[in-house]
Amino acid sequence: MEQLLDGFATALTPTHLLFAAIGVLLGTAIGVLPGIGPAMAVALLLPVTYGMEPTGAFIMFAGIYYGGMFGGSTTSILLNTPGESAAVVTAFEGNPMARKGRGSQALAAAAIGHFTGGIIGTILIVLLAPFVAKHAIDIGAPDLFAIMVLAFIAVTSVLGASRIRGVASLLIGLTLGLVGLDEMTGQQRLTFGSLHLADGIDVVVVAVALFAVGEALWVAAHLRRKPFEPIPVGRPWLSRGDLKRTWKPWLRGPVIGFPFGAIPAGGAEIPTFLSYVTEKRLSKHKDEFGKGAIEGVAGPESTASASAAGTLVTMLTLGLPTTATAAVMLAAFQTYGIQPGPLLFQRESGLVWALIASLFIGLTLLLVLNLPLAPLWAKLLRIPRPYLYAGILFFASVGAYAVNADVFDLMLMFVIGLLGFGMRRYGLPVLPAIIGVILGPAAEQQMRRSLQLSDGSLIGLVNSPMAIIVYVVVLVIVFFPLIKRLLPKPTPPAAPAVEREKVDA
Amino acid sequence: MSVKVWVAVATALLAVLLVPPLLTPGADSGEGSQVRALRVLVPNSPGGGYDITARTAAKAMEDADLLRNAEVFNLPGAGGTVGLGRTVGERGNGKLIMSMGLGVVGAVYTNKSPNSLLDTTPIAKLIEEPDIVVVAKDSPYTSMQQLVDAWKANPGTVTVGGGSAPGGPDHLAPMLIAKAVGLQPKSVNYIPFDGGGELLASVLGGKVAFGVSGVGEYRDQIQAGTLRVLAVTSKDRIQGIDAPTLKQAGVDVEFTNWRGIVAPPGITQTDRDKLVDLFARLQKTPQWAEALQRNGWTDAFAPGDQFRTFLENENKRVATVLKDLGLA
Repeated sequence: MEQLLDGFATALTPTHLLFAAIGVLLGTAIGVLPGIGPAMAVALLLPVTYGMEPTGAFIMFAGIYYGGMFGGSTTSILLNTPGESAAVVTAFEGNPMARKGRGSQALAAAAIGHFTGGIIGTILIVLLAPFVAKHAIDIGAPDLFAIMVLAFIAVTSVLGASRIRGVASLLIGLTLGLVGLDEMTGQQRLTFGSLHLADGIDVVVVAVALFAVGEALWVAAHLRRKPFEPIPVGRPWLSRGDLKRTWKPWLRGPVIGFPFGAIPAGGAEIPTFLSYVTEKRLSKHKDEFGKGAIEGVAGPESTASASAAGTLVTMLTLGLPTTATAAVMLAAFQTYGIQPGPLLFQRESGLVWALIASLFIGLTLLLVLNLPLAPLWAKLLRIPRPYLYAGILFFASVGAYAVNADVFDLMLMFVIGLLGFGMRRYGLPVLPAIIGVILGPAAEQQMRRSLQLSDGSLIGLVNSPMAIIVYVVVLVIVFFPLIKRLLPKPTPPAAPAVEREKVDA
Repeated sequence: MSVKVWVAVATALLAVLLVPPLLTPGADSGEGSQVRALRVLVPNSPGGGYDITARTAAKAMEDADLLRNAEVFNLPGAGGTVGLGRTVGERGNGKLIMSMGLGVVGAVYTNKSPNSLLDTTPIAKLIEEPDIVVVAKDSPYTSMQQLVDAWKANPGTVTVGGGSAPGGPDHLAPMLIAKAVGLQPKSVNYIPFDGGGELLASVLGGKVAFGVSGVGEYRDQIQAGTLRVLAVTSKDRIQGIDAPTLKQAGVDVEFTNWRGIVAPPGITQTDRDKLVDLFARLQKTPQWAEALQRNGWTDAFAPGDQFRTFLENENKRVATVLKDLGLA
């Protein structure tokens, strides 16, 4: 505790505050651009900090990291164009909200969610760092695969009104996820001999293509027939009712996000998706999901932010990067001659605590800067539709190109965009396809890794306590309707929970 | 404030942020001893090995006044072969170099790349980084001999993890060790991880029987005593690590991961000499010496033609291993 206070003393000097503010601003600005994620932002700015002393540099990086994670959600909500993969889920509910004129509420829910998730996550770093460091390494491939199975079960709730169409969409996503060099054996799959496809298709490219490009094409195809209605701009602030609906998702986010950030191969995509599904199940407004339910923004944003904090734990205590951004920050540490790992807290305790203190400061700055901006950002949607969609296409193109500076990605985005247009035309929901791209490759890798570790024996999938617990949960979920039928009925027979939703209007 | 103003502000902001990275400094002819406006292509993503090598070298050269206006840019993809394709395509461009290493040699085969490293103009080999054979501190294996015995008895259950995809350095090292002790490479149960960091977790947690990876990310854990190094793969022992070389441990393999610089094919003799000379001078600067020390790299400078011969040999060696596995 005393060390943390010392950390605050270091971080609160005017110079360091300035670095934190610059980092947060840069991070937000960069996060807003699709294609340039926080990893690339840190890498690009690394040379800028060579002249600085390490504490200042890392305070700035932490600001960029959180700012980038946050900036990604702004375009997700307003333009349906996620800036980076952690913000993909935010688009599910955030964009429908924005189109209903509740853009500023969505942005505010995201900003506060981000703040809450980050603050709780950072508190957890302080409290749990040694514990996490000890147990993160116990999570292995079988456990991760069990969680993926759970996630796949959860997918049924996002399949939409028509199960057949939902499954078709999921399969499209899984197929897109197969593209690339097989990581286990080095064999090519669906690459058609193209080197550009060897690394697979980036989930941001798929999301931007299916959401933004597909939709722009759809609007273009229908624009003439509908009279022009500008998107209304509603009240700028969260109402009491909104707060009532969001405070729980904000607090639940870190519970899901933090552990995922801390475990190897965890990342932010899967926990944000799990948070979305959880919020949907727990919400009293299930019918609103898909049409702009505020819980679906608050939960995933808080989760994403907490997972960013979790990532820092493993990086600082084990020297183990669990995401691309952490890998770049690890490299940054090394250029300063600092080796993160079990001895870091003893050797560089001043730096570490200043960094942690600056996380709190950075998050507060982020909230202070972004909350007042939310209504202003939301006004962006007042632009007449033809210009708005032209702008969206421009951003989407810049983003797809920026990922690898490769024209091929641009073509790929438009091809998948056409696919998205076709899916809309035939009533296939887009959401399951995105989930397929996220979950498919991860699940495959963990399953094959588990089987390899056990030399092909199926017991390898269930030989850890955590995996067994998760499978039990899966079984309960699967058989719950059956069990419910056998139990005496206390209330009038509950209709099987038919979840009606339309992903895209 | 009106919407128009905000749109204008947003556009201006974006223009400021977007335009600089998209523009490249104009080339100008380098006079005197300083090289100017050199572009360094990094064929993997920011933070990766080739990236750190390129950025470190560029910075050392700028600090030592050997170079001005170097631009390091990333063109990742397919284990470095996308960048290789670009380099080979820039025939005759004497202002472009590519940072690369052993991983690209293997990636050429696994990705079935139409371009080979032998199509480029080798400039210099810069550094080496030995791999280590490592287990958790509570692992049953305390010596290389023990591990090899167990491995030979049961290659399927003695799993080996590495930080690179098939064809990469951490994959080649255990395959070479297997061949040397009389195991079929095909029988090796190799589990690839996304980099040495992710592998580290599995080694510490005892998920894999042993790991093979670069020493860099593991130094701290070794020092803290949570990892045990059974052998180092280089010719000589590594300072600060109490472990024999593979040869001393009875396995006839010598293996190091290395990184170097190549240029596009068809550049003029003058351009080539200038570039080789640039790296020869870099090697003598105190800035570079300090960077080597900081990153735990071994100096392995080999200029132009020596590097070409070395590349040809490595190419053959990698091809043999990958052929055994059906990957080449």
